[in-house]
Amino acid sequence: MGAGLEGIIVGKVITVTSGKGGVGKTTATANLGAALAATGEKVVCVDADIGLRNLDVVLGLENRIVYDLVDVVEGRCRLRQALIRDKRLPELFLIPAAQTRDKSAVSPSDMVRLCNDLRDEHDWILIDSPAGIERGFRNAIAPADVVLVVTNPEVSAVRDADRIIGLVEAEEKGPARLVINRIRPNMVRRGEMLSADDVLELLAVELIGMIPEDENIVTSTNRGMPIVLDGKSRAGQAFRNIARRLRGEDVPFMNMDEESFFGRISRLIRSGG
Amino acid sequence: MNRFLDRLLGRDPSSAHQAKERMKLVLIHDRTDLTPSALDQLKDELIEVISRYIEIDPAAVDIQVSQEGREQRLIADIPLRSVRRKKVG
Repeated sequence: MGAGLEGIIVGKVITVTSGKGGVGKTTATANLGAALAATGEKVVCVDADIGLRNLDVVLGLENRIVYDLVDVVEGRCRLRQALIRDKRLPELFLIPAAQTRDKSAVSPSDMVRLCNDLRDEHDWILIDSPAGIERGFRNAIAPADVVLVVTNPEVSAVRDADRIIGLVEAEEKGPARLVINRIRPNMVRRGEMLSADDVLELLAVELIGMIPEDENIVTSTNRGMPIVLDGKSRAGQAFRNIARRLRGEDVPFMNMDEESFFGRISRLIRSGG
Repeated sequence: MNRFLDRLLGRDPSSAHQAKERMKLVLIHDRTDLTPSALDQLKDELIEVISRYIEIDPAAVDIQVSQEGREQRLIADIPLRSVRRKKVG
């Protein structure tokens, strides 16, 4: 309220969405949140996937939940009470989704109101959108200043991303910015996977990041630890780069073909030559 | 190696290439909500209307949806039949 009267908006709302499920929205939200918080900025991640809560387990915060998004919206708790502080990063917070309710429990105007309250005390509000183009998606993009669309280099994910990019434009939240996740450089080199350039040409939208496929994502998610906290991971590096671009820095795109020395050696050994 | 040669000679387009070509067409139709058969019908009706006013060559009419960025454009190339001057009287 205070911020509104003074005409100063502090926090920026970034919505992470995709159309197709399973392309890495939640992983992207968790890692961008952690990367931004690691630089000392105050970040809150909001899980808008009501009924299919997951951001809490990806961040390793599932045991700390008392109140959730629907409790806040329906006035059963104060906003502060629903904010869960991260174990490792003191500037990172989570508002979990409700698990036993459905998407109709929250409206787009509820989300706008919630985010306006959060803007007063946080530099970044990251919203993890549900898959699909229904109510949950509309809730997630209603308060957005910037919409990130996550896709994979495969036909179904690209097609759904195109639909979502069109809907984001129609809602006047565009232009969306694209994250191409799970790129496998070896397959691209052999002509067995769409390259980032192919995907960009098809979708005709601005790129904000490319993430190489990285097995470390699986193991770090097993532990509930964002990959950006692992200094050696290429995927972690790629997410940190996106966070810097969100902050307005001009960061060159990672060369997907670049492979670590050990990666190359182990590939040579595996292929027997 | 044979596959490599085939690909080199353009006989076996890579799967990534096929994916891209298929997606180009799919996205045009998704974005315009226009199926190939609806586009054919549009073409037939357009020819019919234009023929009422001017003589054209129906076989040479070419209608396509083109793209520039995320903008779609319907492009129609309609060659006119050369008008033979009718002899007066």
